[in-house]
Amino acid sequence: MHQQNPDRAIQPANGHLAQLAADVLAMAKKDGATEADVVVADGENLSVQVRLGAVDRLTKAREKRLGLRVFVGKRSATTSTSDFSSESLRRLVSETCTLARAVVEDSMSGLPEPEQLAQEQPDLDIYDDTKVDAERQIELAKRAESAAMATDERIANSEGADFDSSWGRVVLGNSHGFVGEYRSSSYSLAVSPVAVDPASGAMQRDAWYDVQRKFIKLETPEAIGIEAAKRTVRRLGARKIATKRVPVIFDRETAGSLLGNLCSAASGYGLYKGASYLAGQLGQQVAPDWITVVDDGRMIGGLGSRPFDGEGLPTRRNTIVDKGMLASYLLDTYSGKKLGLPSTGNASRSVGESPSVGPTNFYLVPGTTPAEDIIRSVKDGLYVTELIGFGINMVTGDYSRGAGGFWIENGQLAYPVEEITIAGNLKRMFMDIESVGSDLVFRGRIASPTLKIAEMMVAGS
Amino acid sequence: MAQLIPLDSFGVTERDVEGALGRVKVRNVDYADLYFESCVSESVSMEESLVKRATKSISQGVGVRATAGEKTGFAYSDELTKRDLELAADTARYIAHSPGGTEPVPVPVRSRPTRDLYPVSHSQLEVATAERVALLNRIDEEARRYDPRIKNVMASFNTEYKIVMVATSEGTLIGDVQPLSRLQVTCIAEEHGNRQIGSFGGGGRIGFEFYRERDRYLDYAKEAARIAILNLSSDDAQAGVMPVVLGGGWPGILLHEAIGHGLEADFNRKKTSAFSNLIGKRVASEVCTIVDDGTLPGRRGSLNMDDEGTPTSRTTLIEKGILRGYITDRLNAHLMGIPVTGNGRRESYQSIVLPRMTNTFMLAGQSDPDEIIRSVDKGLYAVSFGGGQVDITNGKFVFSASEAYLIEGGKITRPVKGATLIGSGPDILTKVSMVGHDLKLDEGIGTCGKEGQSVPVGVGLPTIRIDHITVGGTQAA
Repeated sequence: MHQQNPDRAIQPANGHLAQLAADVLAMAKKDGATEADVVVADGENLSVQVRLGAVDRLTKAREKRLGLRVFVGKRSATTSTSDFSSESLRRLVSETCTLARAVVEDSMSGLPEPEQLAQEQPDLDIYDDTKVDAERQIELAKRAESAAMATDERIANSEGADFDSSWGRVVLGNSHGFVGEYRSSSYSLAVSPVAVDPASGAMQRDAWYDVQRKFIKLETPEAIGIEAAKRTVRRLGARKIATKRVPVIFDRETAGSLLGNLCSAASGYGLYKGASYLAGQLGQQVAPDWITVVDDGRMIGGLGSRPFDGEGLPTRRNTIVDKGMLASYLLDTYSGKKLGLPSTGNASRSVGESPSVGPTNFYLVPGTTPAEDIIRSVKDGLYVTELIGFGINMVTGDYSRGAGGFWIENGQLAYPVEEITIAGNLKRMFMDIESVGSDLVFRGRIASPTLKIAEMMVAGS
Repeated sequence: MAQLIPLDSFGVTERDVEGALGRVKVRNVDYADLYFESCVSESVSMEESLVKRATKSISQGVGVRATAGEKTGFAYSDELTKRDLELAADTARYIAHSPGGTEPVPVPVRSRPTRDLYPVSHSQLEVATAERVALLNRIDEEARRYDPRIKNVMASFNTEYKIVMVATSEGTLIGDVQPLSRLQVTCIAEEHGNRQIGSFGGGGRIGFEFYRERDRYLDYAKEAARIAILNLSSDDAQAGVMPVVLGGGWPGILLHEAIGHGLEADFNRKKTSAFSNLIGKRVASEVCTIVDDGTLPGRRGSLNMDDEGTPTSRTTLIEKGILRGYITDRLNAHLMGIPVTGNGRRESYQSIVLPRMTNTFMLAGQSDPDEIIRSVDKGLYAVSFGGGQVDITNGKFVFSASEAYLIEGGKITRPVKGATLIGSGPDILTKVSMVGHDLKLDEGIGTCGKEGQSVPVGVGLPTIRIDHITVGGTQAA
């Protein structure tokens, strides 16, 4: 679809990140660190926003950051800086060691064992050096927005269309001698039209987007614009509905958000603190026995794929829910030790923080039922296309959020609804899954096909 | 007066700044600015009775911006050399489509904000890590002593020390030092397999001594423990439409979500806000007057100047129910022909300026808070909330109670959990029938997200009665 310009590859801002990491590790050792690891990340970003056919915003950036974690015995501290001058780095290393000595010993702390570290670093096809210049990005964004505006005359305004391209590089090194490096890229195009109800003057906004590691894989601007317009216009005339308990279908976007909740609940840090409703549930039934949930760090071209995790362990494919049974948590070395389990290769690392746990490509394995058939199975119920608010208690699983979508009457989407809430409990909701759609699409690290939950409380008027 | 910031804190000279501004201010550019920032943030945290994590992060950089009509060109760099400034300037001016023809800019004149709302020196913030560790250990003891059912205590203490400097094509060169800190406590209570959570905390643009005054930090510990224990015996909330009484302080998040965001100038210039074209119209009952005020000493949402160098101010948003004004930054105020209110804020040098709230609250009314509760036969009394969210365009907002009670026959009876309130911004305040005389500002924990940027904010509210609002919950009424 689009032309590539392979000869215009982005040059990283700095050349020898691996050497920099090695130098910092050597300094840390000198300052008394018994173990240490260093993350260095750099990247470039270009983004444009057009609105109503004109450029609204153009942003360009280069950035870099170095993060250091040291251990002095069983004490640990983490620091980061954007200043790579040797004087500044020397000061940072010394401060980090001092900071580590100020906290208490934690018997579980430490780097992973050397033999656990990634031996090979496969190419997961997550990098594209296609440079899309500002003019081209503006043109693509304009095309997407105008396709949205042309789709329906009720699309009378716009929050704009955004094209964003980013390239980054990550180097991780540790005092066991591990050095890993990978590059990644992402290209995204999003459109956010505003529809005005000709009768009432009421407005609705919605959006559609695509994001890909490879420029060439991005949806056409026209397809994104048309989908954005359809999603926006169909919300016009939304009404409230009476409070009642009904079957609820989550479209694949909102079902993805439920999967995100499951992912948080299955993540090590909340579990060992007793702050997750899935604590102590390993090996227990958490969903019907035909449900499988996978986290796959090695998916080719995946938005969550990476060759090694935030501690240098190889990423892998973990089955989290196997035939309805909670088969694995998501763990890094520390949270694993706290739970008496090995790491699952899910350490995620933002440069200035000690590792935490994050998903790679986390999804519910699709079924064979088309989404339309799932809708057809409901006589009186709710089809959710939007969730807002933060009414989720991870400790108890209590779930109570604002929602918007469509009322289903006799298997058909009858009319849009808004200003309602849906409430239940995540533990119960996953057990109550009645059908799974065939429509899985990755538009992020976490994805789900359409899901039908047997019953939830819907509050309206 | 606030401190005068030396430019060499950023390793640049006035000539560099003048040079970069001259380069970006080409003929078609209306306005340009450079925003220098250096920020040190530190955190220590405790869990399982061990203060085992400490982090420190140092960042420094410059954001360069040019505006031409509605267009904004923006670039940032974490390198502050003359060459990096020039590269950023070239990118920023790209949007003006006039490669040559730079215009001379006035020589920047250094000044400082005329007031100092947070006279905290770095040394007051930079207490020894050992002292922070001791504070967190005492919190752990206090929370566990509150009740043996408290099984885990997590606490974190975060500080940020930010030095900023804004240089504009109009000749302004003004800087500010912005300290910020927050202490947050979370407790997990457990009884017969029932686990519940409670959180409390506070902070502001204040020094470390704030937390020790009258043992404030221990109060945070007790409050977090109290809420966790209370939730052990809470019933699930009932769903339906009912009268709701909001307590003072943090429940002011209602104003932030329902009103504040919808009054940010960018959405109104683009006419994508549910409040577009409602200036001078009634959007609330007569008892409601709402302001945004960035000038309150020491508050989390306060600033001596906004991130464009404009002094912050007190802006009346709603006066006795009538919509009076918007919250503006320079660009939107200029394009709309309305006053600049000093609300141009950004998360860091890496982000663009947007109109954002500071401290948003409702002024005190006449009613006695007890009388407000007595006036409700059957409803909800909500005193604390988790987060909230709003859809600016259709005005629908949501926020979730973290501490709430049933009101039955004019009396507070049982605690309930899992209540989510949903309503419509331009409509909800028309249903406010009583406003208490007990205005309270929040404890200083709020962070607002918009377009991926987080900034510290404050909210405040007296006790109010909303005659009817949809409450979500799992139970049938």
